[in-house]
Amino acid sequence: MTQDKMPKVKEKNIAEKCYHCGEDCKNSGITSEEKNFCCEGCKAVYEILKGNDLCSYYTNNTKDKNSGTKLSDVKFENKFEYLKDNDIQNKLLDFRNKKISKVTFIIPSIHCSSCIWLLEKLYKLNPAIKSSIVDFPKKSVTIVFDHSAVSLKDVVVLISSIGYEPHISLEKNDDQIKKDEFKNKDLTLKIGIAGFCLGNIMLLSFPEYLSAGAEIDPQLKTIFNYLNILLSLPVFFYSASDYFISAWKAVKKNYINIDFPISLGLIALFVRSLYEIILFNNAGYIDSLAGLIFLLLLGKLFQSKTYQTLNFERDYKSYFPVSVTVLKNGNEISIPVAKLETGERILIRNGEIIPADSILFSGTANIDYSFVTGESMPEQKVLGEIIYAGGRHFGSAIELEVIKTVSQSYLTQLWNNDAFKKTQISNLQNLTDKVSIYFTVIILAIAFGSGLFWLREDVNKAIDAFTTVLIIACPCAFALTTPFAFGYTLRIFGRNKFYLKKGSVIEDLSNINTVVFDKTGTITDSGNISVKFFGSKLSHTELCLVKTLVRNSSHPLSRKIFESISAEDCSDDLEVTDFDESISDGISGIVSGIPVKVGNIKYLLKDLDCSYYERSHEFIKNPFSTNVFISINNFIKGYYSFRNIYRTGIENAVDDLSEDYDLAVITGDNNSERDNLLKIFGSSAKLLFNQKPQDKLNFIKDIQSDSAKVLMIGDGLNDAGALKQSEVGISVSENITNFLPSCDAIIDAGEISKIGKFIRFSKTTMNIIRASFVISFIYNIIGLYLAAQGTFSPLVAAVLMPFNSISIIVIIFLMTNFFAKRKGLI
Amino acid sequence: MSAIIILICVSLTVAIIFLIAFIWSVSTGQYKDKYTPSVRMLFEDNEIPEDLKNDNGDRKKIKKL
Repeated sequence: MTQDKMPKVKEKNIAEKCYHCGEDCKNSGITSEEKNFCCEGCKAVYEILKGNDLCSYYTNNTKDKNSGTKLSDVKFENKFEYLKDNDIQNKLLDFRNKKISKVTFIIPSIHCSSCIWLLEKLYKLNPAIKSSIVDFPKKSVTIVFDHSAVSLKDVVVLISSIGYEPHISLEKNDDQIKKDEFKNKDLTLKIGIAGFCLGNIMLLSFPEYLSAGAEIDPQLKTIFNYLNILLSLPVFFYSASDYFISAWKAVKKNYINIDFPISLGLIALFVRSLYEIILFNNAGYIDSLAGLIFLLLLGKLFQSKTYQTLNFERDYKSYFPVSVTVLKNGNEISIPVAKLETGERILIRNGEIIPADSILFSGTANIDYSFVTGESMPEQKVLGEIIYAGGRHFGSAIELEVIKTVSQSYLTQLWNNDAFKKTQISNLQNLTDKVSIYFTVIILAIAFGSGLFWLREDVNKAIDAFTTVLIIACPCAFALTTPFAFGYTLRIFGRNKFYLKKGSVIEDLSNINTVVFDKTGTITDSGNISVKFFGSKLSHTELCLVKTLVRNSSHPLSRKIFESISAEDCSDDLEVTDFDESISDGISGIVSGIPVKVGNIKYLLKDLDCSYYERSHEFIKNPFSTNVFISINNFIKGYYSFRNIYRTGIENAVDDLSEDYDLAVITGDNNSERDNLLKIFGSSAKLLFNQKPQDKLNFIKDIQSDSAKVLMIGDGLNDAGALKQSEVGISVSENITNFLPSCDAIIDAGEISKIGKFIRFSKTTMNIIRASFVISFIYNIIGLYLAAQGTFSPLVAAVLMPFNSISIIVIIFLMTNFFAKRKGLI
Repeated sequence: MSAIIILICVSLTVAIIFLIAFIWSVSTGQYKDKYTPSVRMLFEDNEIPEDLKNDNGDRKKIKKL
């Protein structure tokens, strides 16, 4: 397993694999003693193993025993200072008693088995930690620790220092998560109990199936029947309770949902069975009852496919810091951000997020707004400038004065909008419910009609007819179509890295007629910026001059220019004198005796006379896009233009969509990309520039009032309003475990070209559901025909009803599979 | 006749014991995380020397090399 044993030719390949877990390193740049690792976790495990002479993990790799790298926890000390606050502790802790505390953290960087291994060995690193248990699918760890010996902060610092910095947020949607968990547990129990009872009921009903008219020992029959009733009680009263509750709730609100006819059917089955067994000692329909409930619950389970690592409900609070350092009378105090008031002076350290709109008071800010706008290029800010909340600061610590409270800031006031206050009302008028209203009315009409018809002759016959119709018409097959069709489509989409929050999004998706795109980060690839030089071609020496100058600056644009000049163009080491950096304007210096300037046009023109400007004005065509000008020896040579590269496949996606849908692009950027966007989207698409987050939301509202059903595709926090307001909001993500604004679906950035396919397939799914409805109605009509012939018996019911349901499920699987294959989705 | 009734009672009792086991397993959260335990069981827990030193004899003292 060691590198030494491998042939030398393959060395390069080995180098790219993680030494610890063997995964691809993807240029992580994490190395230790010339060994590459895919993540900090693997490296930390390696180092701990090595430090403790435990490299049996790597068979014989214990050569250098003296490494024992100390875990660095210095940089996290300050960061988690706020965890000393009692209020915050109480909110974070799951449980606390006199001795121990229990806390659960989400750790986004958990990704391989080594992560589990290391995180569950925390008790070795600090004996006060009693246990730590990882939930891998949820990327969470639950830690139990002795709080008299170790503080919550120390625990967090410890796990952060070994490379697992938790995502701490007080806005955990805890209630929602717990509710979902409870629901899941509840459903599992219900299915288990229904399955158990069904099996036993069928066993006890066997004599009835096989007797074929022959008389069974009446005593035995009685015992079997009453045992059946006993077994049906938990199924009817516990497992099926959700259907009754849901139907009752709907009736109270004056509408009818699919659960109403189901409940009627189930109650009819149960009451009729009791009546038959108790009064006549006949076999009842208990077996059919249990079978139906079991199948219905299976449908529910199948539809409840959840993506545990994805969170569709996040708002800015889960992204913003929990607390902030305030400077008061020269002291640093950590306070919760919600208590931050205007006029207060705050300290933002490297990597921290600015929680409220504020003015830069000291230091140089380098703000990365990529979570807000999708723009990956940091902005530099100077003293006195307003910095909007939501940006992440990189560089040495800065001091800011707060000018707006957190909830009133430019970005966050978006969440005060009505769109966010509406508790999401489930779409009452979805297809199933619409159909079930007609269905229920027809069934009740037939049932009462036949009941009244027989009432003239015989009361018993009337009751028989009435209940038989309700039993036969119980729309179980019908109720199963949607869960199974949605559940299967959800899985097909999931395989294509398109993750839906829930099944009903498929129906919404099939109804849309307008697609709105955000630009930055959505249709452009934020991680990929092209640097292009325009102007007279630079010679090798000139390139060298520029490269040498920009090496001295840490400004992101300088770095980009530096990276764009390859070593082939310039490998010399030149000397810079008189280096000067004018923040947010440019840099200048004398490189091997030649004055070189890099910066914006104003900065370059400052010392030039006008004749040079005349000669160089041809370069200044496009004042809006991000251009950095170069002057060498006081002559403007041209400019570097930075632009985002459009995602591959975006043109195909747009072509595909433009046939059937109205398109629009809505961006907070200026219109420098108008020509490129026109090329991709064509002249019929609406292009809107310089849109604030609130404008985006309003735009969606406007077109919605114009009977548009909108699909919004965005990525940043500034799209959050639009995503919420639109019928379907899709977040684009390079890495699905990253932060995303609340949305209905998440799509992997690489799959965005398939968006048209997804929308069309959602339509196919709805058509499959419609077709299945027709089939299940045909079953019902056949059943009613049999009932009218008087041939309806417990045996017929036991065969017919499960057959209907199962055949519908099979049909849906086959059809969905067939169409998905044809569309190339599986 | 009565044999059948006894057998059914026995079979139901056995089945109910399993049902109770199932309810217990659900309520103690064994269905919450279906993946991690499968990884966890593959970890060796005999790699740490301190472990071996502090061992009170309830673990096998094997050191894999």
